Amino acid sequence: MNWIRQKLDQIKEPFQPGNKFEKYAPAVNALDTFLFVPDHTTKKGAHIRDAVDLKRTMITVVLALIPALIFGMWNTGYQYYSQTGEEFGFMDAFIHGAWKIVPMIVVSYGVGLALEFAFAIMRGHEVNEGYLVTGLLIPMIMPVDIPLWMVALSVIFAVLIGKEAFGGTGMNILNPALTARAFAFFAYPTYMSGNEVWVSEAANVDGVSGETILGSLAAGKDAITEMGLSSAHMFTGMIPGSISETSTLCILAGALLIVLTKVADWRIIVGGVVGAAAMGLLLNALPSLGVDGNALTNFAWYNHLIVGGFAFGIVFMATDPVSAAQTMKGKWIYGILIGLIAILIRTLNPAYPEGIMLSILLMNVFAPTIDHYIVEANVKRRKKRMQTQTVKTA
Amino acid sequence: MSIDVRVKRGLKLNLKGEAEKILVDAPISKTIAVQPPNFHSIVPKMVVKEGAKLKAGDELFFSKYSDKTRFVSPVSGTVKEIVRGEKRRILQIVISPDKEQEFKEYPTMDPLKTDAQKVKDHVFSSGLGALIMQRPYDILANGEDTPKAIFVSAVDTAPLSASQEFILKNKMNFFQTGINVLTKLTSGKVHLGVDKDSTGEIRNVQNVELITVKGPHPAGNVGVQIHKVNPINQGERVWTIRPEDVAIIGELFETGKFNAERTVAVVGNAAKETKYFKTIIGAEVKSILSEEPENTRIISGNVLSGQKIDYNNYINYHANELTLIPEGNQYRMFGWIPFTYNNIHSMSKTSLSWLFPNRKYDVNTNLNGEERALVVTGEMEEVMPMDIYPMQLIKACMAGDIEKMESLGIYEVIPEDFALIDYTNTSKIEAQDIIRQGLDLMITEVG
Repeated sequence: MNWIRQKLDQIKEPFQPGNKFEKYAPAVNALDTFLFVPDHTTKKGAHIRDAVDLKRTMITVVLALIPALIFGMWNTGYQYYSQTGEEFGFMDAFIHGAWKIVPMIVVSYGVGLALEFAFAIMRGHEVNEGYLVTGLLIPMIMPVDIPLWMVALSVIFAVLIGKEAFGGTGMNILNPALTARAFAFFAYPTYMSGNEVWVSEAANVDGVSGETILGSLAAGKDAITEMGLSSAHMFTGMIPGSISETSTLCILAGALLIVLTKVADWRIIVGGVVGAAAMGLLLNALPSLGVDGNALTNFAWYNHLIVGGFAFGIVFMATDPVSAAQTMKGKWIYGILIGLIAILIRTLNPAYPEGIMLSILLMNVFAPTIDHYIVEANVKRRKKRMQTQTVKTA
Repeated sequence: MSIDVRVKRGLKLNLKGEAEKILVDAPISKTIAVQPPNFHSIVPKMVVKEGAKLKAGDELFFSKYSDKTRFVSPVSGTVKEIVRGEKRRILQIVISPDKEQEFKEYPTMDPLKTDAQKVKDHVFSSGLGALIMQRPYDILANGEDTPKAIFVSAVDTAPLSASQEFILKNKMNFFQTGINVLTKLTSGKVHLGVDKDSTGEIRNVQNVELITVKGPHPAGNVGVQIHKVNPINQGERVWTIRPEDVAIIGELFETGKFNAERTVAVVGNAAKETKYFKTIIGAEVKSILSEEPENTRIISGNVLSGQKIDYNNYINYHANELTLIPEGNQYRMFGWIPFTYNNIHSMSKTSLSWLFPNRKYDVNTNLNGEERALVVTGEMEEVMPMDIYPMQLIKACMAGDIEKMESLGIYEVIPEDFALIDYTNTSKIEAQDIIRQGLDLMITEVG
């Protein structure tokens, strides 16, 4: 360990203040902090500090994403082979998926981190670790066959317009990963929607259908019986969809880790599930109220929770602390509204068979407003206290 | 009758190096110093010059902006040096004490039988004003104000803090007289915070409204008690005094002497002898620590909101602790991996240290990370028992938005109330420093 340290100090020498490459220090520091917690000591304020730091927090989220990512790789192969009818084993399916997904991750991290480093050097701050999560999330919510250059463009848009334009990490209004997806969705709709993109090679190989359950429901078909799928399939995730969104089971495993470690706020997740279930129940009840509804409104409310991107979105996207509401009560409201609106868009807007993305982005925009009213209540309480005090003394 | 204050949101931090309850006399300090920077925002106007002979209680300087606030010498001796810093700012008035201590004789009086204005004038003219703090702003009390209440907290919940009840053990008479003095200074009540589980003499103090406090740090912070009992509104003033200083006030009224005796607990995992030392206000660090500890941080005050000082320097005016912890200036490999290094305490569940609630921790001054943008939300609220939104207030202070700071409750807080936020927050921001700057802005803009 000591010699690594010495080597690193040697490498860092030209980057020290006053030396030639001083400006580029954030880049080399970012690499260093991945090996060692720096020797920085407290300068002001409390003399001792908690063991937690942002890197630890972000790595915990990355760990939580791993089950869904691995499953996504396998499911990509599984969906493809089970439709072509070829014989395949676990590794065949996994390798088929990994072959497509690993390059996407490499592109996302490569392009995104390059931008992050450039901005850190330009603005003279250290590299923030947030992109470790964003960079992994972006490929996980894309269709598997999206061209790599589109991934790169989406990443550039998300980092530049979604984050840095607002002042960088901690200042962004919208969740950067969802911004990337929304960009791809509106810029390249043929690669991001329809019934040919959700299974590997569906656009190229005849006989492979790339339709999702929600897509076929939106087309008015009875997807469950037609595709021979059950709630169990949806829960385990053996269905077509964006790479890592399908397995509610794996997402729950990740959710457990980030909720128990308090990295994500459980209020948002529970609020979201309650909201979605409520909206699902309401829509399911339409026929008994004399309204016919459609295939999507009649889709059982519990299936709404485990199909499509809802679970992934509410666990990993809605809980992004920067773009979510920041007060306790605000988080409840924010979560519930996301759930309600997600299912509403999903069922009632035929153009968007999945609503979670737009629902979260919409609530990202309104989160500061929610917080404003929650904080305002506190301010009013304080003002009222002052008035009663003055009345007493008067 | 007493008021109950129960605190749930906070953190009880068990650290190694607590002081044993043994009181020993510290060797006499070769020099002592009164340090004007200990009195935030006071600009001193000197009364004495270098070489002047003084008795304990003789005036040294007064505040340029309020000549009512006077500062006296804690010892009798000779002014050895007036140390100045940048722009000739006075940093220290160093005094060599005489072998035989002589005291200036102030008149004695029974505060309960004396007119309030007379009591107040006596307090401020005899230098006792230097012991009284004002909220808002965490500055010295202004002798021209009449506070709406006075709070004394004899509960110390901060990690490794000195036990105020132990310090007061032999000073209860003076403490009671001091409390009687305080009742004359306010238009309202004098509140005394005590530990709910305490059975000591402190509970029998008269002429106070008792607050029984229970819960983790910052329950003992006087600010939390004020907030729960009688919160400060815009334009109001509350005074706070540390318990040992109440005894100093009481002693002057009873005996006519300004007896600047100070009990200092030496604590921390880098301290060799963790005990209570009887010394004098402004004593040299050297007089208590016989040799300079290596690679160690010396803190005047507690580990959360004390001030870093040098071995060749002097203990701060109000501090009851001298905390020693090792400097953490070493690298730690792969420290960012979750669930590793569980021997370092963390409030976050990304460490397993929460599984060992009774463990006493070895600490050092390592930042355990680097400063980052504010990302994680909700963690500050967990250690803020007041009805205040800490992150919003911090952001308002950073932006210098006075109106927002006011409406979010800046008048109710001082830096020490944000000490745990300093400690626990993921982004390693300096909350106490931000609040201090916010308060300074309020002083210049609002006053």
